[in-house]
Amino acid sequence: MMTLEEQVRGKKLKLHDMCLRDGMHSMRHQITLDQMVDIASGLDDAGVPLIQVTHGDGLGGSSLNYGRGLHSDSEYISAVAKVVKKATISVLHVPGIGTLDELRMAADCGAGCVHVASHCTEADVTEQHIGLGRELGLDTVGFLMMAHMTPPEHLVEQALLMEGYGATTIYCVDSAGYMLPDEVTDRIISLRKALQDETEIGFHAHHNLGMGVANSLAAVAAGADRIDGSAAGLGAGAGNTPLELMAAVGERLGIETGVDLFKLMDVAEDRVLPIMPEPPRADRDSITLGFAGVYSTFLYQAKEAESKYALSARDILMELARKKMIGGQEDMIEDTALTMAKERDLA
Amino acid sequence: MDKIKCAIIGPGNIGTDLLYKLLRSEVLEPVWMVGIEAGSEGLARAKELGLKTTAEGVDGLVPHAIEDGVSIAFDATSAYVHAENSRKLNELGILMIDLTPAALGPLCVPPVNLKDLAGRKAMNVNMVTCAGQATIPMVAAISKVQSVDYAEIIATVASKSIGAGTRKNIDEFTRTTSAAVSKVGGAAEGKAIVVVNPAEPPLMMRDTVYCETVDQPDQEAITASVHEMVSAVQQYVPGYQLKNGPIFEGRKVSIFLEVQGLGDFLPKYAGNLDIMTAAAARTAEMFAQDILDGRLELSPLKENA
Repeated sequence: MMTLEEQVRGKKLKLHDMCLRDGMHSMRHQITLDQMVDIASGLDDAGVPLIQVTHGDGLGGSSLNYGRGLHSDSEYISAVAKVVKKATISVLHVPGIGTLDELRMAADCGAGCVHVASHCTEADVTEQHIGLGRELGLDTVGFLMMAHMTPPEHLVEQALLMEGYGATTIYCVDSAGYMLPDEVTDRIISLRKALQDETEIGFHAHHNLGMGVANSLAAVAAGADRIDGSAAGLGAGAGNTPLELMAAVGERLGIETGVDLFKLMDVAEDRVLPIMPEPPRADRDSITLGFAGVYSTFLYQAKEAESKYALSARDILMELARKKMIGGQEDMIEDTALTMAKERDLA
Repeated sequence: MDKIKCAIIGPGNIGTDLLYKLLRSEVLEPVWMVGIEAGSEGLARAKELGLKTTAEGVDGLVPHAIEDGVSIAFDATSAYVHAENSRKLNELGILMIDLTPAALGPLCVPPVNLKDLAGRKAMNVNMVTCAGQATIPMVAAISKVQSVDYAEIIATVASKSIGAGTRKNIDEFTRTTSAAVSKVGGAAEGKAIVVVNPAEPPLMMRDTVYCETVDQPDQEAITASVHEMVSAVQQYVPGYQLKNGPIFEGRKVSIFLEVQGLGDFLPKYAGNLDIMTAAAARTAEMFAQDILDGRLELSPLKENA
């Protein structure tokens, strides 16, 4: 059997930073323009090829349901576009939340790549958005979220739909941080077999079970071309794969990322860490996300409901898992807490 | 008493569910079902139920519409073909009730503005979207009491209840709903979010409404108005239920709803389709009653406005 190192040595890998998008969740969408510009220019200087900048829930995500952004997506994207020299700015776009006009706006402001996201079984809502991404000349990615909820053969069918709509990269997204390496391997191998050779494959992890780097390596070994991570791990739940950790491990294993490791470590330490209220950690609620397979961003509102209704956030998250709630259904957190509180008070 | 004769365009889930509702109506009589696929189950079912059918689209209906006395047509196809369907039937003096998100004609959410449409002589009335039908009554219930600066709705529908047309055109669905939340609901600004959940067994339609009032919300008056509006919707959608709320936090009012369908043709979880067909049937019934009572006379429209 080939060792992991034999499987990955010499591979070219694109690292994609998420701290200014997924990290927006942890920051409750309140990152300032100065912080964005400071971090993005640091990442750019460290050679990170792709930097995502959007509200945590993507274009148009600023809302009562998900939390209002301190600034609009256009302000954030324009500000970052002005300072970034080499990197491509990407945006997240979730049909049902963002509209086509918002994607046009993002392209006008300087975005060069779009992750068009849907739940892992609902790819057929992405046709218009992937189509527009291509029309606008963007690096257009199909982003299949909560991919642990569907078996590899079904994930492949959905990926083929997105590829058919024009996506040139397809992601397996572990939004709940639930997967273990074998589950990642199965999915990436299945995607690699089914998709056209020129279609790239990506993997996006959450570190809720501490598996971010391990799962990302499994993905690379299975054929992934792109890995999402966040400087200092800043992202929903226990965060994303810490990008500087992934780069360090990648360098030891001979994976070619083109990133300056020490510079990236410094961005994480000197620019990202200081803006965080607390570093992401797999606390009991984040572990619950990964253990039960719950959308990572539910963490924050579950914690709020915990203090508001004197319930346990873990109990709320377990109930949301039982009810099979998926990404986007943040409204159901308070609804579930209200119902649980009512039942408790009746008992 | 004579009933007003109707045609349904689109023999899919919505069209078929609507057919069952029309068959129970005291003032409407479905006589034609229009499809585009000869082998479609929906057309076969309509035929069994005694309707005339065509698989040639609206062009298959046009030559017969007048002699068969069709006065009202329901379009349950898609936003893209609706304009042509509407033009062809309006030319014959047939009133169009539009269940697509095309939104060509005035928007109608029955408990909010159906009465205002009487006497306006509109030949095309749009039923917004299922998400709009489920949430706009709540926005209106609040804006009636106090000005609403911003209203946001989140509709979650079961994957099995949402057809290919809506999926393909989800952008129109989101936009039409957002626009109607402000236009019909009475909020200065509106936003709509749609989530499709594939859980098995399928989840009931859930809808959440957030409103921000201009100043501190009048809790008592808003709560009363919300309950009154829930009862008004329940008159035509018995499974419309307030699960939680209204709750108040600063200027924010939150309302959590569930919509269970009647289970006419579609399973009960498809409350989203039930509320759409029930609203369309109710709207058509008002126009039908006006025609029967001599208050409304339909006339051919030459140029589609």
